[in-house]
Amino acid sequence: MTANVIAVDQVSKRFKINSNKSLKELVVNRGQTKAHATEFWALKDVSFDVPAGTTLGLIGHNGSGKSTLLKLVGGILTPTSGVVRRRGRLAALLELGAGFHGDLTGRENVYLNAAILGLSRRQTDRYFDDIVAFSGIEKFIDTQVKFYSSGMYVRLAFSVAIHVDPEILLIDEVLAVGDEAFQRKCLDKIRTFQREGRTIVFVTHGLDMVRELCDRVILLDHGNVVIDGDPVAAVRAIRDTWQDDAVTEAAAREIPEAELGNGQMSIGAVRMLDGSGSPVSRLAPNQPCTFEFEVDSAGRTTDWVSGIAIENHLDQLCYGTNSGLLGEQLAPILGSRTVRFHVPALALGEGHYHLTVAVHSHEGIEYARKNRVANFKIYSDREQVGPAYLEPTVEVR
Amino acid sequence: MPPITATESPAGRSTPVDGTAETTSAALEQHGHGEIDVEALPMTVVHARRSFWRGFGEDVRDIWSYRGLLVQLVRKELKVKYKDSVLGFFWTLVRPMIQLVIYYVAFTLFLGNSQPAYAIFIFSGLVIWGLFTDIVGGCTGSIVGNGGLLKKTYFPREIFPLSVVGAAVVNFLFQMIVLLAALALAAVTGQRVVPTWDLALVPLALVVCVVWATTLGLFLAAATVYLRDLQHLIEVILLALFWLVPIVYAVTLPLNSFAANGHQTLLTLYLANPMLNVIAAFQRAFYTMGPEYTLQADLWPRLGFFLVVGLGLLWLAQRYFARVQGNFAQEL
Repeated sequence: MTANVIAVDQVSKRFKINSNKSLKELVVNRGQTKAHATEFWALKDVSFDVPAGTTLGLIGHNGSGKSTLLKLVGGILTPTSGVVRRRGRLAALLELGAGFHGDLTGRENVYLNAAILGLSRRQTDRYFDDIVAFSGIEKFIDTQVKFYSSGMYVRLAFSVAIHVDPEILLIDEVLAVGDEAFQRKCLDKIRTFQREGRTIVFVTHGLDMVRELCDRVILLDHGNVVIDGDPVAAVRAIRDTWQDDAVTEAAAREIPEAELGNGQMSIGAVRMLDGSGSPVSRLAPNQPCTFEFEVDSAGRTTDWVSGIAIENHLDQLCYGTNSGLLGEQLAPILGSRTVRFHVPALALGEGHYHLTVAVHSHEGIEYARKNRVANFKIYSDREQVGPAYLEPTVEVR
Repeated sequence: MPPITATESPAGRSTPVDGTAETTSAALEQHGHGEIDVEALPMTVVHARRSFWRGFGEDVRDIWSYRGLLVQLVRKELKVKYKDSVLGFFWTLVRPMIQLVIYYVAFTLFLGNSQPAYAIFIFSGLVIWGLFTDIVGGCTGSIVGNGGLLKKTYFPREIFPLSVVGAAVVNFLFQMIVLLAALALAAVTGQRVVPTWDLALVPLALVVCVVWATTLGLFLAAATVYLRDLQHLIEVILLALFWLVPIVYAVTLPLNSFAANGHQTLLTLYLANPMLNVIAAFQRAFYTMGPEYTLQADLWPRLGFFLVVGLGLLWLAQRYFARVQGNFAQEL
């Protein structure tokens, strides 16, 4: 039984959007002020406890209240009703280098920022070398930070923040900084934090990171807690709603099924079939499936190749091939044909994927293409990250 | 709105005060050695509602635990002010020196003012008035101007105006050096410069000035968040106030005029200005060339009275500040 470090008890937060900040407006709009003040509830009756050592991810759409919740826990905002309790020292990384001043040197900013995060001068002295070493900008530490590149800036800021040594670390979308090597370093540091039993609450749109780091997720929607629990389920739920949004949005814009190419050929219906040949849009990993689509050539075409590509929700290409690469010489086409790509085992991990199909010449002259036409999901029971689905075992000798 | 938070801080401030500091620092010692015993730390309410009457002490303790930050911010203010300039901090001394020369040239040489060592007279009032306006003017925009920081980090919000106070006091001390140098120069050129017991009034007057300026500053810093016009309004008001206190003219002029015309109420009101008394104390202490131009009243009880009233108002201003500060982050 671990003790709670954060207890949020029936917390609500109301914002008033009131633009009357000047004397002129106060006088001109006298009496209407009440009517002008529109208010909305950023959070409604939110309660949860966070036991020590938990890594909690807050996810949700823009404006779902996750950043507000983080600020309430951090004490930057006060709740309209309800109580937030917590114990131990807290460091809030809501914006890297929030306290940095461009005209001060890196060294001076380290001391200033550390003081903002609650370190005394003596403590900062003690950590100073570690901070600089972690940031990797020893050479520039006595340069004014306004001459820093943005990368150097955030590295120094992050480095200060994690050396503050908090029991609770609040992070708001700040991990996507620096080059890849530095990001790795940050993630390693966060894992160290986890091992040391510190509590981390972070807000992010990077769902893969949520799955990778969190052991609990709260999904917020319009200020309400929708899901509180398993990261996999929560990530799945939010991906589904995003997907729905994207589909409705596309429908709203009435995009004629994105058809590209020079029009020498056309592509008809695109389907995804499961192992038994019936249409499907959701699969478990490593299942057999077939991608099927109609192609039609008005004139006789001898030089043609048909290809598919699979992209994930981040538009990252996961797989692509075509008949030419597969060593098939397609017979000349006149009129309608059906193309099928049989996949014995679709080795993709959890996520949303989109299929793009195309027909073109061997030289690459595109006859027809349909982008992201068949959408499908893979639901996986295994915890993993990345689009490829492997089933490794581990052995240590 | 509930006042200031009961968050944890380096000094381990929290509701159950005893023993906390030790536990926290003990936990901190473990940096790099893994496991931290969180359960030993007390659970505290974030932004606990503090009593209007008794919250002051707790708030002051909070601010005290962030004194390191306060020092850092004051250093920042001072450093940034003269960033990248060749003479750097020397400008702090140049400005009052030039002022002194201008007053001497304009009033004594050009206008033929007969008051002895008139530049010293003006400067001894101006130096403390400058402190007052620096604090009030600086504090007014201190919350709004630090919006970026305020929305992203938490520490007692009073730190912002207080850092302005700190920087202004340091600047004042530098200007005092110029005043003392000018006095030395005056003594060399044969002016009457004698140390009197009135010098003992200076620390008291300084404290009264800082207390009143901080009171106004705290109140205005918070109020400006809700009414931005105050920033500009204050500039104008301070300009008008400058002529309500005897800096350029001798205090005896209005006093005699009020007395001659029988405006007893106006006279009382005029003298009830705390800054007038503060300035009078400075003039009495440093302008020994013509005591007949300074306020001849017993300033000890007057300043003592203003100190007590000022402290009471400071308490009130802090309570107001504490009451509204919870909403700063969303109003900016």
